[in-house]
Amino acid sequence: MSTPTAVALEDAKVAFRLGDGRVYTAVEKAHLAVAQGEFVAIVGPTGCGKSTLLNVAAGLLKPAAGSVRIFDRPLAGLNRDAGYLFQADALFPWKTALDNVAIGLEVKGTPRAEALPRAQQWLTSVGLGAFAGRYPHMLSGGQRKRVALAQVLIRDPKILLMDEPFGPLDAQTRQVMGNLLLDLWSADRKAVLFVTHDLEEAIALADRVVIMSAGPSSRIIGDWRVSLPRPRDIFEVRLDKEFHELHREIWGVLKDEVMKGYAQSTQAAEAV
Amino acid sequence: MSRPTLFALQVLVAVVCIVLWQVLSTVPVFGKILLPPFFFSNPFDVFSQIVKWFASGVIWKHLGITLTESILAFAIGSLGGVLIGFWFARQPLVAAVFDPYVKMVNALPRVVLAPIFALWLGLGIWSKVALGVTLVFFIVFFNVYQGVKEVSRTVLDNGRMLGMSERQLMQHVYWPSALSWMFSSLHTSVGFAVVGAVVGEYLGSAAGLGYLIQQAEGVFDVAGVFAGMFVLSAFVILIDFGVTLVERRLLVWRPTASDGRG
Repeated sequence: MSTPTAVALEDAKVAFRLGDGRVYTAVEKAHLAVAQGEFVAIVGPTGCGKSTLLNVAAGLLKPAAGSVRIFDRPLAGLNRDAGYLFQADALFPWKTALDNVAIGLEVKGTPRAEALPRAQQWLTSVGLGAFAGRYPHMLSGGQRKRVALAQVLIRDPKILLMDEPFGPLDAQTRQVMGNLLLDLWSADRKAVLFVTHDLEEAIALADRVVIMSAGPSSRIIGDWRVSLPRPRDIFEVRLDKEFHELHREIWGVLKDEVMKGYAQSTQAAEAV
Repeated sequence: MSRPTLFALQVLVAVVCIVLWQVLSTVPVFGKILLPPFFFSNPFDVFSQIVKWFASGVIWKHLGITLTESILAFAIGSLGGVLIGFWFARQPLVAAVFDPYVKMVNALPRVVLAPIFALWLGLGIWSKVALGVTLVFFIVFFNVYQGVKEVSRTVLDNGRMLGMSERQLMQHVYWPSALSWMFSSLHTSVGFAVVGAVVGEYLGSAAGLGYLIQQAEGVFDVAGVFAGMFVLSAFVILIDFGVTLVERRLLVWRPTASDGRG
C-alpha cells in the first residue's frame, strides 16, 4: 500500500481483571484497519466492547495481546495523532465555550491572543458563534456536543475517534449533528473511527460498517463497504434503495447478536 | 408570594418577638413579671446599649479586632487546607498514612485547644487566630481533597487526549475542580473563622466582641450580653453577604439549583 494505514489493530485482545480475581475478556483477536481518509463505523450490541476497542486505538487502554499501529508505527502511550469525542459530557465546566475550544490550541503552546480568534472561527463553523461566552451548563446537550466537536477539530488531529458521540441526543438533533459532522469531515477527510449502536446512523455516515459480536470475548464478525455516493445528506440517504438493501443485509447478522447480548444481560440480571 | 409581602411578614416576626419581649419583661401578668429584667433585660435597654457603643465609638475597636482575627484565621486555614488537601489527594500513600491522625484531630472538639493556644501564643490576637485556623483548615481540607478526588473521569481523559501534560492537567482540571469545592464551603468556613475568633476572645482576651460579651456577663449586665449578641449577628450577616457576592462572581460557571437545564 502506498499510503500508510491510519489505525491498524492486529489480533488485539482486551481483558480486565475483575474485583473477584477472575479475568474478563472484553474483546478477542480484533483485526481492524482504517485507511487514511476513511470513515469506519463500528456497530454492535450493548456491552460488546466497541468503546473498549476505541480506547485501545486512543491509547487510553493497553491491549492484553496483539498490536496497535498508528501510521505504521507501534502506539506507545496516548495516541497523539488522534482527537477523541466522548459519549459523556467532557467539556471543562469552568471554562466558557470559547475557552473550551481555545484550550485545544493553548495546550500545544499557541499564545492565547492567537488561539481565541481561531476558537471563535471554529465556534462559528459549528453554528455557535453567538454562544462564545456561555458556560457548558447554559448550553443544550446538542450545543455542548458542537463545542466538543470544535474543541477536538481545532487541534486538526489526523485521526478522529468518536464514542457514540451523539448517543445522548434526541433523534432530530442526532441527524443534524450527523450532517454537521459530514460537512466538517468532507473538508479534509480525516480517518474516522465511529462507534455507535445505531445501524442506520452507521450506514448513513460511514464508508465501511464493521459489526461486532455480543460480549464477552466479542469479535469482529462482519465488514461491509457502503458505496452510497458522497456528499450525503443523512435525511435523504435513508430513502435510498441501496441504503435499505444494505440495512437489511447487515441487520440480518446484527439481529442475532443483539438477541444474544440481550439474553445475556437479562440472565445476568436474574442471577443478581 | 411577592417579595414585598414576604419582606413584610419577615419584619412582622421580628416586631412580634420584640414587642412580646418588651411587654413580658415590663408589664406584670397576673401580678408576676414573666421575664425578670435581671435575667432577660428588655429590648429598650439592649438597644440603648448598642447605640451607646456606636455613639462613643468603643465598638469599632472590638469589631476591628474580631474582623482581623477572622480574616487571618480564614486566610491561613484556607491556604493550609488547599495545600495539604491537594497534596494528600495526589499522593494516596501520604493520605493513607496520615488518615487516622487527621480523623483523630478532626474528632477533637476544638474549644479544648483554646487554653493551650492561650498558653503558647498569649492573650493577643494570635491565640484566637490559631483556634479559628484549626476550625477552618479541616473544612477546606476535606473539600479540596474531595474536589481533586472526584474530578470526572471523562473530563480528565478529555484533558489527556487534548494533549495536556501533568502540569496542565493540574492547572486546567484539578485546580478549578478543587477550588469549586472549596468555594462551595465558603459560607461554612467563614462562619467557623468567626466562631474561632469569638470563642477564643470569650475564653481569655483584652479586646473583641467575645471579650465585650464576657465582660458584660462578668458584671451581670444582661443588656450588655444581648447587645453583644445582636452586634455579632449583624456582623456575621454582613460578612455572609460579602461571601455571597464573592461566590456569585467566582462560580458563574456552576449551574444553580433553580436552573432547569442542570
